[in-house]
Amino acid sequence: MRRWLLALALLMTALPARADQPLLADLTGHLIAITTGFTGTSVVLFGATDGPGDIVAIVRGPERDSVVWQKRHLAGMWINGPNVTFASVPSYYAVFSNRNLDDIAPANAQALSQIGIANLRIDPRDPRTKQDNTTTFRAALIAEQKRVHLFAEYPGSVAFLGDRLFRATLDFPANVPTGNYLVEVLLIRNGRVVSGQTTPLVIAEGGLGADVSEFATNNAALYGLTAVMGAALLGWLASLPFRHV
Amino acid sequence: MGILDIYLPIAGVSLDVMALLVLGAAVGVLSGVFGVGGGFLLTPLLIFIGVPPAVAVASSANQLVGASVSGAIAHWRRGNIDFLMGGLMLIGGFAGSVLGVWLFAILRSIGQVELFISLAYALLLSTLGVLMMIESTRSLLRRRRGIVTRRKLHQHTWLHGLPFKLRFRRSKLYTSALLPIILGFLVGILSAVLGVGGGFVMVPAMIYLLRMPTAIVPGTSLFQIIFVTAVVTLLQAVENNTVDVVLAMVLLIGGVVGAQLGTRWGARLRGEELRALLALIVLAVAAKLVFDLTVRPDNLFSLGTLEL
Repeated sequence: MRRWLLALALLMTALPARADQPLLADLTGHLIAITTGFTGTSVVLFGATDGPGDIVAIVRGPERDSVVWQKRHLAGMWINGPNVTFASVPSYYAVFSNRNLDDIAPANAQALSQIGIANLRIDPRDPRTKQDNTTTFRAALIAEQKRVHLFAEYPGSVAFLGDRLFRATLDFPANVPTGNYLVEVLLIRNGRVVSGQTTPLVIAEGGLGADVSEFATNNAALYGLTAVMGAALLGWLASLPFRHV
Repeated sequence: MGILDIYLPIAGVSLDVMALLVLGAAVGVLSGVFGVGGGFLLTPLLIFIGVPPAVAVASSANQLVGASVSGAIAHWRRGNIDFLMGGLMLIGGFAGSVLGVWLFAILRSIGQVELFISLAYALLLSTLGVLMMIESTRSLLRRRRGIVTRRKLHQHTWLHGLPFKLRFRRSKLYTSALLPIILGFLVGILSAVLGVGGGFVMVPAMIYLLRMPTAIVPGTSLFQIIFVTAVVTLLQAVENNTVDVVLAMVLLIGGVVGAQLGTRWGARLRGEELRALLALIVLAVAAKLVFDLTVRPDNLFSLGTLEL
């Protein structure tokens, strides 16, 4: 808390010199370490504008291909049937704003700047996929990601201090994927994007967890052997107190 | 999320430590009482609480190594392990798991590997459960009526006509070495394809096919599960990077205590009761699997991720 106040104070002193910048924003930290006790975390976004306007911050996680399966009723059983693979789906997508997106900008402007989950570009990897199939499966993908809090919209999460300074607490759930994130901050006036700024954010494993996963990938055979020996040792140790029973 | 969450580095999720400890202990009790590793229960339960399936399978195997070491030691102190029988099963088991890994790869390339696993489990467990239930109720009833039937020493079937006969001192059997090898082989295939130690198949097979004394069965089964799960853990770690040691160790701490308690409780239960109880558990899991397959799921869609 003190850190971002300090940063904000610095920013304010810098403002007159940078009057040509309509928007300035930064995060209190650019690295989130996921350690053994990780249960989700938050980063504070803060900044200043050159006048009144709306602020929308879009956080995107690393992109990956995602398969959506639909279960079918076949011979009395529900089994995985048709599926659609979507290319480059953000593993995390959250929109933080000072008020409802629909109050900030008209639908066509939101679509143009890809603001909001509804305007997220999610296309099938195979361009021959039928349009109605794409729509159904895309909706299912979004619903599932929303359910696990990896896709979210938080209207009202950006707070203004006066009409020029703003701050927002960006909350990340415990299941947040690791990788390189981008935080895109947009200043919107009268429904039009006036200015934008993009800041990187890295979410990585830290502490014991990082050591373990590094060991597991870089030295798989030794890791496996250690896992087996460790388990056997623990099993043997546990039987000792019961020796004379 | 609970009060005491722990982040599992390979699984990539945070879970409640207490829940994991309790889960480990419950499966450990099963393992000690029946000599089944409990993998057939642990893996689905882990998936249910949010561990990715591949990690659940591999980490269960890892925790089973420890749980079965602990259980096997307890049985060994009571002299309840037939090492000759267990060793022969192992030989078959290793060959079987190699074939199983190969089969698994083929199934995966066709797709529908999950369906195959569920169906195989459901079929296997319900058949086993029903057979065991019938047998154990019959002998329970017989005992209640006070009819003492002596176990036939020579019940000749075609199985006894097989060559390479060996004397198994601990099991008080004179039978073909091919039997445990073939049994181990079949269970080895199952272990690799279903990702379990195979105790829940091995134990009934040892009782009903090999006709080993019930007291010797859990220890011998656990003895060979140690090695089968060790091989599976190693293969999974090397091939798929899916072994989460943090998860396995937390489960194990609960599991080893449970296994010791289970071994003691198991000694107090009679053979028929033990078998009836195991049959009930096996049937319950089978019912759950059939239920999941046949009842319309709440969400028809599921997500999978392809790493780029």
